[in-house]
Amino acid sequence: MPRRRRLLWTEYRDAYLFLLPWLLGFLLFQAGPMIASLAISMTRWEIVTSPEWVGLGQYVNLVRDDRFYLALYNTAYYVVLGVPTHLAIALLAALLLNVRIGGTSLYRTLYYLPSITPVVANSILWAWIFNTEFGLLNAAIRSLGLPAPFWLQDPAWTKVAFVIMSYWTIGAQMVILLAGLQGVPDHLYEAAAIDGAGTWQRFWNVTLPLITPSLFFNLIVAFIGAFQVFTQAYIITRGGPENATLFYVLYLYRAAFEDFKMGYASALAWVLFLLVLLVTLFQFRVANRWVFYEGELRR
Amino acid sequence: MSLRSGALAGERASPRSRWLARRLAPLLWHLPMIAGALVLSVPLAWLLSTSLKLEGREFVIPPEWIPNPIVWENYPTAMTTLPFHVYFWNTLIVTLGSLSGTLLTGSMAAFAFARLRFPGRGFLFILLLSTLMLPQAVTLIPKFITFRYLGWINTLNPLWMPWWFGGGAFNVFLLRQFLMTLPHELDEAARIDGASNWRIYWSVLMPLCGPALITVAIFSFIHSWNDFLEPLIYLHDAKLRTLALGLRGFQDLYATQWTLMMAASAVIIAPVLILFFACQRYFIRGIHLTGLAGR
Repeated sequence: MPRRRRLLWTEYRDAYLFLLPWLLGFLLFQAGPMIASLAISMTRWEIVTSPEWVGLGQYVNLVRDDRFYLALYNTAYYVVLGVPTHLAIALLAALLLNVRIGGTSLYRTLYYLPSITPVVANSILWAWIFNTEFGLLNAAIRSLGLPAPFWLQDPAWTKVAFVIMSYWTIGAQMVILLAGLQGVPDHLYEAAAIDGAGTWQRFWNVTLPLITPSLFFNLIVAFIGAFQVFTQAYIITRGGPENATLFYVLYLYRAAFEDFKMGYASALAWVLFLLVLLVTLFQFRVANRWVFYEGELRR
Repeated sequence: MSLRSGALAGERASPRSRWLARRLAPLLWHLPMIAGALVLSVPLAWLLSTSLKLEGREFVIPPEWIPNPIVWENYPTAMTTLPFHVYFWNTLIVTLGSLSGTLLTGSMAAFAFARLRFPGRGFLFILLLSTLMLPQAVTLIPKFITFRYLGWINTLNPLWMPWWFGGGAFNVFLLRQFLMTLPHELDEAARIDGASNWRIYWSVLMPLCGPALITVAIFSFIHSWNDFLEPLIYLHDAKLRTLALGLRGFQDLYATQWTLMMAASAVIIAPVLILFFACQRYFIRGIHLTGLAGR
């Protein structure tokens, strides 16, 4: 018995030693900064000056700041328009590639490829594609005899342009959904076919419920990602035209690293954190109405 | 579920139409797949095409797909107008530094979560997963201030050092999922032979984790290679720039010279694509490990 106990203690000790780097990292780069950021948001601090305690003053400034609402609106626009349509297209692509015929691995590669290209290079490429006079997209639109929009100069179109650009990288979500689709057991399709279910019914009653966990996972990750859209706007439009692409994180970046208003930027960061947290919690709450876990069947 | 009448009607179709359906349907299915592949390939094809055009020819309407003449010189020109070879070495240091730290400390954490029993394991694992949902923007400012305090602003350290502290929740999760698939008899046999946990980790399990480690290495490589926001914040000297940052500097100077900008972009995209083609099957495997995360 004492020997067993000693072994157990060794295991506990070793486990924490193995976890030590991660635990330190968690404290130094996640939990610590989170708390520090809350503290900084209660100060006025231009980094070269010493911080001055202002309580909730920065949050009061924030509520009165028109730019804050504008950044919030731009981001919400991008998220609400982009995330669901992006996911729907990724699902369509995954369904298309989820067949057992030759050549699908080549297609999978081609569909996935854009997702891993550096976003700076992407942004420069798409700035060229969206170019009003000489861009490829407007050349195609004009050849169809349609009026070509000023994608990057017209405030009404820029956010739409960014959403279109995001469709190029559906591959990352597609492969995850594809893994989900391939996890649907054949016998369920066979049973449905015997019951006389058509293609559409099989999709609606078998495929879709069984991949809801993958859809849910993608939705959560996509929301958090889209809330933080930054590089595209920084590179292509620099927040313009007329602040139409002044997204939340771009505004935060400017406050912190161009204007050096560390206190105000930290308040922005905490509001972002709370927003993302609220939306994520809301999604988890709604999830039990539509996400179906196979394990529940067996209970 | 009830068997409705006429449910098997489809099975009673004539042999001829069944033959057609079996042969023709896959062929027809290729059409939308090809269409999708074409649409998604157009931007990169356009990038390549523009990068090889004579300056000025990129403004020809309608656009030319095959450049005439083909100007290979755009590539050396783009690469030498700014010191891209310096940016390349900086990126390599950051990428390899992050990658090795991620592999070592990430696999250690994964080993603890997958193979050892200890109080607080469930709680810490939930904590790990919850950090996946923490927006990067929230920790940005305190991290900047900390690194400034350490005198690390304008050095490459903030870009790779943090990866030596656990290697990121996503990678730990992926490695842990892989370790869970290995039989426990391996550890038990080694333990009976008197092996310590360190030995089990290093000599028994890690050699079997090759595919998962390669997957993590690729994800880590791509992340560091592509990262823009952190280099933008921490690096001010032109000679410290990473490739992503250098490309943006290039854009600042040559915003209207699309041929050169496309050439520079192509050079930065190429290594990632080559890596992807070389290690495709590991990608797919890694995605299968994480793709069922919702379950």
